[in-house]
Amino acid sequence: MSTTANGDAILKVTGLSKSFDGVPAVEDVSFDVRRSETLGIVGESGSGKTTLVRCILRAIDHEEGIVEYNSRDGWVELQDMRPKELIPLRREMQMIFQDPFASLNPRMTVREILEEPLIIHQVGDRTQRLDAVVDMLNHVQLDRDALTRYPHAFSGGQRQRIGIARALILHPDLVVCDESVSALDVSVQAQIINLLEDLQQELGLTYLFVAHDLSVVQHICDRVLVMHQGRVVESGEVDEIFANPQENYTKLLLSAIPSPDPDIRLKPLDRRELGL
Amino acid sequence: MTDDAQSDDNVLEIRDLAVDFKTDTGLTHALVNVGFDVPRGKVTAIVGESGSGKSVTANCIMRLVQPPGRIVAGTINFMPTDMAPFEIVSLRKKDPRLQELRGGHISMVFQEPMTALSPVYTVGNQVAEAILCHRKVTRKEAMREAAEMLERVGIGEMERRIQMYPFEFSGGMRQRVVIAMALVCHPEILICDEPTTALDVTIQAEILTLIKDLQRDLKNSVLFITHDLGVVAQIADQVVVMYQGRVLEIGTVRQVLKEPVHPYTRGLLAAIPGLAPKGEPLATIASVVGDTDITTPYPMTTLGDGRQVSLPPDKVALAAAE
Repeated sequence: MSTTANGDAILKVTGLSKSFDGVPAVEDVSFDVRRSETLGIVGESGSGKTTLVRCILRAIDHEEGIVEYNSRDGWVELQDMRPKELIPLRREMQMIFQDPFASLNPRMTVREILEEPLIIHQVGDRTQRLDAVVDMLNHVQLDRDALTRYPHAFSGGQRQRIGIARALILHPDLVVCDESVSALDVSVQAQIINLLEDLQQELGLTYLFVAHDLSVVQHICDRVLVMHQGRVVESGEVDEIFANPQENYTKLLLSAIPSPDPDIRLKPLDRRELGL
Repeated sequence: MTDDAQSDDNVLEIRDLAVDFKTDTGLTHALVNVGFDVPRGKVTAIVGESGSGKSVTANCIMRLVQPPGRIVAGTINFMPTDMAPFEIVSLRKKDPRLQELRGGHISMVFQEPMTALSPVYTVGNQVAEAILCHRKVTRKEAMREAAEMLERVGIGEMERRIQMYPFEFSGGMRQRVVIAMALVCHPEILICDEPTTALDVTIQAEILTLIKDLQRDLKNSVLFITHDLGVVAQIADQVVVMYQGRVLEIGTVRQVLKEPVHPYTRGLLAAIPGLAPKGEPLATIASVVGDTDITTPYPMTTLGDGRQVSLPPDKVALAAAE
């Protein structure tokens, strides 16, 4: 296996496929993720972005393909692992969701929300856990008095900070951000993007960043996969793909971004003319 | 560009509009002294973040503010082309003009097409119903006009599609149906409240092009509500920037997006990820606004170039000098 010799990679996906009731959602997807990079996955709704990352995290079971993960104990193949064997690995792989309200239990205080992963993974005693929670709140720039409050008492941006804190409290290596800034106002979005970038630097995180907003992807990602109808149609360095897209589908996506400069007119390409 | 010239041909003039919401913790001022004009035959965009009062303003125009919300002050003068002007806020609930206004003179397109459409009627029926509500025509004639309008918003294979139900349509197609419903009575004003926010970027581009093209053909006025400055740049002639229930800046699309005067507008623009250099943190509104006071409701001042801003007097002098 020459691939596993690549010490730079944290995740390697080969030939991943998944269908729902015979309808293919992800077809023959292969790529790898380098440690400490941000890999973007872009595409329209229904292109298979979310299904892909869920298969990788084993939130759903895929049908074909190999998902290799470079864990703290060496390379493992995630697709064949039993649920019990996956538990220790879940500490290393976490997810930040889109809707910061739907993904937080309204009946738990912030302290309970952030402490729960530590309890599940039996990390530390009570006081150590509290210290870890307070420390993580600090990281995501929330005050200590957030501890006793419930999610409804926070704004959208603050809730997303809680979601980020919950994902990071176990000190994961790989963090999947599934549309994590899509539901936020532009000013809050900027704060959360800055926070994600700061945390990445500080903690050496690797992000798998699923998004449909191409300008966010352009800003935050190093490399990008473009998905269309369950397949990766183009991948590469984000700046290069944005400057010089090769595939018609990528060209279509990029042509549809409305520029905030009124002198740059929107001239979307025609799907049919491109044969898509 | 000479469209900066002030013209008095407004279809809508909103003055000193105030809306309060009664909550457990007291009165929340959703709108405070909101005032702007909607010029006839142009696209006016209201831009702002959530909670800025964009949608409440639109709901005031349609008189759709529901308790615990209440319009407490202000006037909305509506000047239709073919009938006597009237004021909207003071209309009684039973006034027949209110019925005519909603969906007749002014119609609305919302963010989520599936909630605007009934799942149990065919799309043809729903567009025809909009006609039958406002005009005395036969059902057959209404269906014919509905088909014509659906064709116009880009729905092909009409014989088959007109018999279909909303769930059989994609998100973009559904939004086209909603636009057809909104335009079928030839409204003076089309209010679009985040009509493309729930759509993919490629479909968004199609819908924006459609709204713009139809506006050019039908020469109606459009009030376009969005939080996306990219969308504003592509569709608007005039821009109204709102923040915390107030208007902070009004100007032409070039004035507001290319040379914003108000620090909040500058902050909004600076926070767009695509414009910032890679590897550097994004500007946030707080970092751009700095210590300028943007929460005190200063009255709007008109600058030399015709734009209006709400700024403290010393900052107005500075802005005027620029």
